[in-house]
Amino acid sequence: MISVKKLYKTFGKNQVLKGLDMDFKQSHITAVLGPNSSGKTTLMKSLLGMVIPDSGQILVDDVDIKNNCDYRNKIGYLPQIARFPENLKVIELLDMIRELRQSDASCDTLLDYFELRPFINERLGYLSGGTRQKVNIVQALMFDCPYLLLDEPTVGLDPLSLIRLKDLILKERGKKKTILITSHIMSFVEEMADEVIFILDGKIYFSGHPQKIKKEYGSYTLERAIAKVLSGMPKLGHTNGHSRKDEILVPMIKAEHD
Amino acid sequence: MIRILKYSFFDLMRSRWTLVYCAFYALLTLALFTLNADISKVIITLMNVILTLVPLIALIFGVIFYYNSREFIELLLSQPIRRSEIFIGQYLGVALSLSLSLLIGVGVPFLFYGIFMSEEIFNYLTLLLVGVILSMIFAGIGFLIALKFQNKIKGFGLAIFIWLFLAVIYDGILLLLLAIFSDYPLEKLAISVSMFNPIDLSRILILLKLDVSALMGYTGAVFQKFLGSTMGMTIAIGVLFIWVLIPLLSIRQLSLKKDF
Amino acid sequence: MYLRIIAFFYFLTSAFYLSGREIIVCPSCAFTTLQGALDDADNGDIISVQKGIYYEFGIVISKSVTIRGVDGSIIDGGDQGEIITVVANNVTIEGLTIQNVGTSYVEDRAGIRVRKSRDFKIINNHLFNTFFGIYLEHSRDGEVSGNIVVGNAKEEMSSGNAIHAWYCKNILISANTVSRHRDGIYFEFVDNSLVKENVSRQNLRYGLHFMFSNNDDYFNNRFSNNGAGVAVMFSKKINMWENTFEYNWGKSSYGLLLKEIYDAEILNNVFQENTMGIFVESSTRINYKHNDFKQNGWAIKISGGCLDNNISENNFISNTFDLSVKHNSNDNLFDGNYWSAYTGYDLDKNGIGDIPYRPVKLFNYIVDKTPESMILMRSLFVDLINFSEKVSPIFTPKNVMDNRPVMTKYRKKTL
Repeated sequence: MISVKKLYKTFGKNQVLKGLDMDFKQSHITAVLGPNSSGKTTLMKSLLGMVIPDSGQILVDDVDIKNNCDYRNKIGYLPQIARFPENLKVIELLDMIRELRQSDASCDTLLDYFELRPFINERLGYLSGGTRQKVNIVQALMFDCPYLLLDEPTVGLDPLSLIRLKDLILKERGKKKTILITSHIMSFVEEMADEVIFILDGKIYFSGHPQKIKKEYGSYTLERAIAKVLSGMPKLGHTNGHSRKDEILVPMIKAEHD
Repeated sequence: MIRILKYSFFDLMRSRWTLVYCAFYALLTLALFTLNADISKVIITLMNVILTLVPLIALIFGVIFYYNSREFIELLLSQPIRRSEIFIGQYLGVALSLSLSLLIGVGVPFLFYGIFMSEEIFNYLTLLLVGVILSMIFAGIGFLIALKFQNKIKGFGLAIFIWLFLAVIYDGILLLLLAIFSDYPLEKLAISVSMFNPIDLSRILILLKLDVSALMGYTGAVFQKFLGSTMGMTIAIGVLFIWVLIPLLSIRQLSLKKDF
Repeated sequence: MYLRIIAFFYFLTSAFYLSGREIIVCPSCAFTTLQGALDDADNGDIISVQKGIYYEFGIVISKSVTIRGVDGSIIDGGDQGEIITVVANNVTIEGLTIQNVGTSYVEDRAGIRVRKSRDFKIINNHLFNTFFGIYLEHSRDGEVSGNIVVGNAKEEMSSGNAIHAWYCKNILISANTVSRHRDGIYFEFVDNSLVKENVSRQNLRYGLHFMFSNNDDYFNNRFSNNGAGVAVMFSKKINMWENTFEYNWGKSSYGLLLKEIYDAEILNNVFQENTMGIFVESSTRINYKHNDFKQNGWAIKISGGCLDNNISENNFISNTFDLSVKHNSNDNLFDGNYWSAYTGYDLDKNGIGDIPYRPVKLFNYIVDKTPESMILMRSLFVDLINFSEKVSPIFTPKNVMDNRPVMTKYRKKTL
């Protein structure tokens, strides 16, 4: 289990995390959502030790991750932007990560699964964005890690690959893994997530199952529900209960700016 | 560290820019030999080029390399390895590939023109040593700058300013100081100020080889002692190695505290 | 008939001269000292000094004899005083080892002194720790060849010269090796003499020193690691050919120092790694031709009062500074030299650079004013200011230039 306890982080004058508290459960796909600069990336990076929190604790299997790097053996991480050293070949990159993890995990199945075989001797710089993202997925999932952190996993994937990815993630969940996803594709989240954690202004704004959120806000899709949350509309329970039409919400666009 | 070093070195050695850099030195050296087959003259011209260009290119390379591999570094950070290992490994990758390009670029034409038969061999080796040390130092400083400044424009700006300062302005200021206070004995000042600039230090190391006859014409006891014996050589090389360590340790220090 | 008689007598006397007695000196012979043998000798005798150490000093040779030593014939003065003084004509001293004269502050003691004599030969001797090695005074028509003279000089005041000639004429000094004295070879008022194929090194002051001497030549000598290689002062018509001047390092160290001299020829010499290759002061009508100046601090430094110095067809290779001149001494010619620092071009391919070369750089001027700035040599900043000065000269003399710098260096003809 990963537990986050009272996590605070300030960049300059900007307080990004204001006392986050959460647990990520086994066999669960948790989607961390929130507008840009809400602190979700900072949370992800804190989990990986890339950002060092001002205070608070992160425990992975009850071990504090501070000044520790071995725990990352248990985490498979899919970074958001798949940019690798341009002049390394696909196979060399995978070999390198294997070497860094001192593991002899095989990636053959995954390579076949994503039809990457023809590319393994290509240089990473010559690959298309989608292919690079597939390589990215392979490197994140090839080790049988109990925890998976997937940052925008769908970027650049064609529909077929997207379906394959979804199947893969569900299969991993079936292996009792703890999975964290961030994504801006709400349909993807809606389909995959067992729990949504919505972060706003460095705090958990709400959390729950996607269906529950949709219901509470009376929206047909998660996307609309989230939009309503962001524009500050109350939950259905607080008004007099008539289902309202989803509206086009202009202020949300503003919130999407960095 | 070796694991990281190995792959960043592979990556860089295949990079177009490394090849261009290597080819530049090879062509320059060949051109110099074609224009003038006199090895000692070629060495002197190359010395001027190396003292000026190696710091600039190493700085820029260090900066670009870091900025280009920022995302990759994030991936590395998510792996179960220590930060110091990642950054020092990456830095050494840049420094080594730059040094190797220089050695090959300058080295092969010299082999072709028979450096081992020449009495200039020691001047030549000094030149290569200085080139490698400067590559290490300035790649490190470049890397450090990029590590410190997220903003690429700031990073490049600072790198170019540092180069301009150390390669030109610094000596201008020193000369001005020496000229203004020429009534006082300034030799200690001159030597110690030079210690703080790795380009000057490298230049002095070469001077000790090429111009010892002129240097001995100066009366000052400190100069005589410093320049006349192997002591100057030893100290200059020693301080240069300290200069190699400074960016290395700073990279380590900074990387431990930094948020990515 | 008279002629026959004269020829007969001439034959007799010369035969007598050539095949005199041979007197042997050895520790177990009738003569156990050189002085003893000399006392007994007549003109034309040969004295053979056998192997052994002979503790003698103050030996005076007043007869025309030949003294021959073998390997290990050692005359040791025991630091007591001058060892051999020659006062007769036609004396030959050959193959002796002469050592330990002892330092004196009141008299110029020597290993071998030749006084007011002619036709002497001092050949293949070894002199160690002799205050003055071979001292020639008021003598002429003699030869000093193949000797090795090694001193022990620590400071100029308390040391003598290896080969010292004073008021002499027509002397040949050749193939000697002289070291660790004040001057290696010293000439004062010595005319029409020749110094060749000697090696002079590690002497405190000069490897070879001319004072008030005229019409002398020196060639094929090697001067290394001396205070200065050669100093020629107050002399006229000295020819200097094919010598090597090297490794003369220090504040006032020169390969060659010229002071108040006239009409000299400096041809085919090599000046290598000296603080200053040539330092010239108040000297007129000097020709410098076909010399190599390599890796010197300053190849040539021309001080005041120099007229008609003609510097042509020399190689200037990798010197820190090629030339330094006083402002008012522009009356010298540079023509057709090779300058390795020349950056011009030769578009018409006639072997001569199309733009003149200015051997005096701004940085020379700065270093003269502020010697500490030497530490900035070869820096980019110095290159920049040199370049701007080259474009528009302000501090450096405008008319000191070589209008016909050649593009390729001259091949060495000798050595």
